[in-house]
Amino acid sequence: MSSVTPRPFLEVKDLTVRFETDDGIVQAVTESNFSLEAGKTLGIVGESGSGKSVTSLALLGLHRTRSNAKVSGQIWLDDQELVTASDQDVRALRGGKMSMIFQDPLSAMHPYYTVGAQIVEAYRVHNPKVSKKAARERAIDMLARVGIPQPSRRFNDYAHQFSGGMRQRAMIAMALVNDPKLLIADEPTTALDVTVQAQILDLIRDLQQEFHSAVIMITHDLGVVAELADDVLVMYGGKIIERGAAVDLFQRPQHPYTWGLLGSMPRLDREVRDRLTPVKGSPPSLINLPSGCAFHPRCPYAGRNGDRSFTDTPVLTGGAHAVACHLPAEERAKIFKEEVAPNL
Amino acid sequence: MSENLLEVTGLQKHFPITKGLFKRQVGAVRAVDGIDLNVVAGETLGVVGESGCGKSTAGRLFTRILEPTGGKIVFEGEDITHKSVTQMRPLRRDVQMIFQDPYSSLNPRHTIGTIISAPLQIQKIPTPQGLKKAVQELLELVGLNPEHYNRYPHEFSGGQRQRIGIARALALRPKLIIADEPVSALDVSIQAQVVNLLEDLQSEFDLTYVFIAHDLSVVRHISDRVAVMYLGKVMEIAHRDDLYKNPRHPYTVALMSAVPVPDPVRRDSAQRGRVLLTGDVPSPINPPSGCRFRTRCWKAQDICATEEPPLVQRLDDPDSHLTACHFPVVDDEAVAGRAPAATPA
Amino acid sequence: MLAYLIRRLINAVLTLLVVSLVTFGIFFMVPKITGSDPALLYIGKTSDAASIEGIRVKMGLNDPVLVQYGKFLKGLVAGRDYVSGPEVTHCDAPCLGYSFKTEQEVTPLLMSVLPVTLSLALGAAILWLIIGVSTGVISALRRGSLLDRTVMSAALFGVSMPIYFTGLIASAIFVYQLGWLPQGQYVPFLESPSEWFTQLLLPWITLAFLFAATYARLTRANMLETLGEDYIRTARAKGLPERVVIGKHALRSGLTAIVTVFGLDLGALLGGAVLTEKVFNLRGLGYQALQAIQGNDLPVILGVTMIAAGFIVIANLVVDLVYGLIDPRVRLA
Repeated sequence: MSSVTPRPFLEVKDLTVRFETDDGIVQAVTESNFSLEAGKTLGIVGESGSGKSVTSLALLGLHRTRSNAKVSGQIWLDDQELVTASDQDVRALRGGKMSMIFQDPLSAMHPYYTVGAQIVEAYRVHNPKVSKKAARERAIDMLARVGIPQPSRRFNDYAHQFSGGMRQRAMIAMALVNDPKLLIADEPTTALDVTVQAQILDLIRDLQQEFHSAVIMITHDLGVVAELADDVLVMYGGKIIERGAAVDLFQRPQHPYTWGLLGSMPRLDREVRDRLTPVKGSPPSLINLPSGCAFHPRCPYAGRNGDRSFTDTPVLTGGAHAVACHLPAEERAKIFKEEVAPNL
Repeated sequence: MSENLLEVTGLQKHFPITKGLFKRQVGAVRAVDGIDLNVVAGETLGVVGESGCGKSTAGRLFTRILEPTGGKIVFEGEDITHKSVTQMRPLRRDVQMIFQDPYSSLNPRHTIGTIISAPLQIQKIPTPQGLKKAVQELLELVGLNPEHYNRYPHEFSGGQRQRIGIARALALRPKLIIADEPVSALDVSIQAQVVNLLEDLQSEFDLTYVFIAHDLSVVRHISDRVAVMYLGKVMEIAHRDDLYKNPRHPYTVALMSAVPVPDPVRRDSAQRGRVLLTGDVPSPINPPSGCRFRTRCWKAQDICATEEPPLVQRLDDPDSHLTACHFPVVDDEAVAGRAPAATPA
Repeated sequence: MLAYLIRRLINAVLTLLVVSLVTFGIFFMVPKITGSDPALLYIGKTSDAASIEGIRVKMGLNDPVLVQYGKFLKGLVAGRDYVSGPEVTHCDAPCLGYSFKTEQEVTPLLMSVLPVTLSLALGAAILWLIIGVSTGVISALRRGSLLDRTVMSAALFGVSMPIYFTGLIASAIFVYQLGWLPQGQYVPFLESPSEWFTQLLLPWITLAFLFAATYARLTRANMLETLGEDYIRTARAKGLPERVVIGKHALRSGLTAIVTVFGLDLGALLGGAVLTEKVFNLRGLGYQALQAIQGNDLPVILGVTMIAAGFIVIANLVVDLVYGLIDPRVRLA
């Protein structure tokens, strides 16, 4: 009986990722803090360039092959620190304890190797003692489990011979072949049709229950997040600007950017609005981030509290439902209730 | 007001598949396989469907970028089905197109001034205020800085490029704009800006839109009427609210129930009520006999394989609208079908 | 795969047919344009009208063009007989006719010089493939490093230098100045492998230098493109060691484009490396072609063209087949 609270299954502390380029330093992710328990799903929402994909690549240590990438902070996975771990140790985890599925399964699969061979390869690199025959059986078994009909025949097909949905299923089979404890899904349904998307989300949900793994779902689609996530991070300009339980975040969104995202989305579950209420302007350049709050050039409420938005970077505060915004909580609540909520 | 700007009957586009040395035709991709619809002046007709349903091909046929294989296209009472490129030229002023990809649809070597003024110069439209001034007015109209007419496309973000594409389409003051997935390549917040811009321009210039997209929510938001396509056919077409509140075709029901609900509280009910379609869309080379949706339809019976259901309105159903189905979904059944858990055991 | 193979084969035969038609057309048209008489070219200006007419009949020059072409094709496939009164000269398949100059049969003439060109082209090809691809891969993996920049500068130099320049400089240094390599003639491999080797070493290196430079740049560009592909990221995300990621996943697709270029380059070179043969005084196909052009020796020009075209068509065929083996999307399409 230890009195120390156990570390969460995944804990990310002050994760910062920088890329040095000819044009300047890309501030891809800045001081990210979050955690995730086994069996739970974390949704990371943001637009392109918000840092959501870079966060996932940093978790897997995939930036290590890029000489211009600098990563600092801590990533604790099951009591093992990954940022300072050796390449060898991280590689052993990749595809084993943590694995990933990608947006476009056609380009994410090698065109010259059969789907089966690619799954076998993923299995055997972490289980070198397993015979080829056993690995093949395992791969066929995985293909069957993700709902691919005639798996032993499809084993010998190439990625281009699969339909989009079947391809993503095969990709999921490959990611799950080593029973990962953490599955990162980077826009797994963005390239798919909506009926196929529903099938794939269903599959991810079922498999998560079966494997009791933690899932990070990265997406730009708030609908997908609402379907799957227990907790949600909203990222903007490389920073987490809002973090909380999905129910809280959708019912009482705190950050003006989150309001903008919700206001931008037409919804089938509501009456048609006359007009969408989007965020003005466009996302910032990560090389040349605005001073103070990175969102201030697009925020309708910037400057309400003197000049702080333009000079000070707001800190993510607020416990279970945290937000990085200079507006006082009461004022935010008032604005949301009176100005924002009626338009959603 | 209810005058038809565009009328399409039995429209077909088959892309031949050739084989062997002598390019013998062995089949055809029946991308668009007999559709009837009309576009009323001043309205927005939404066209939704999944990839491969033929919605983009249909858009290209309406603008006569593609030559139809069969059927008839009438624009403002004039048959344009088989007009040549030269004969079409005057009509190009009236019908313009906006494309999905704001990156590849703008020539990277031309300044946006050149890009936007090109239609004016090709059509020899007089610009009393001067070409540069005309371009600047257009830029301002779509929310871009008029000073930027000398910049190149790569200097703009995706959303801004889509605005450039819209300015180009607007240059000739067209009557009809066919927008093919105009916002699907854009970020959520930018999507909404462009949707709002399209709405503003519509009311300012009395534009008529055909808005082609796969996103059911965006189509519902912007459209007056919506057509649902599947495998080259129109399955259902109705006023926006009729269609979304009382979908009659099983495919429409499945499509709408598959859209994720951005409300975690309603997550469980949404998932229980979901009609999960199994399998993939069949190949448009060899579509199923009879009703094309029957291979994935939970209501399909023998007649669906033998007889193709016409796009008609059922007289026995007061809330019905044009639906191509032998066994259209009715209200209470739709509820039961979408929420089986709610039915008493 | 079989259908693919048959399709490619038919394509190859058709291409050769078209090439033969075009070259024969030129062969037939050139004398018409220049106003020269092929019969005269065969026999010499001093001959009397009777013997000229004899040649005409023997060579079939009085026949309609299509008949002449038909006979030419038959000669290629089955050999042909030249009949002059009771005298019958048989020309074995593949018959390319007789040289205007030496009155030799063209086919044996070209066959006798073919080993020179084969030795030159194949040796150089092996050399440049090894050097070019390996430096290209290393450059791509060490992108931006000093090594990368040095190799790429050298490659730029290599690409820009014409062969007669590098060839002459190399000869001047290694043959005349340092005396490391012999100056002189091609020695057949069967006669003396070591001499064959030393005689060809300098031409190989000079020729390989030119091509290796192109290949290094091409390989580097292709590898960089492949390394940016999503499936390479997937391979890494699976936890594969970097050597497998590069050696298996990246190399296989990175080198696909090289196969095409290599096939075509080698095919073209086998038809005669005119400049290299001239610079190093190697009497191969290219040298023969040069001689024939200078001497207006149409049958020999036609012969070299047919052989060169044949090599290119075969190279193309091999490239297509190899492509089908490498890329299942080609094979299964």
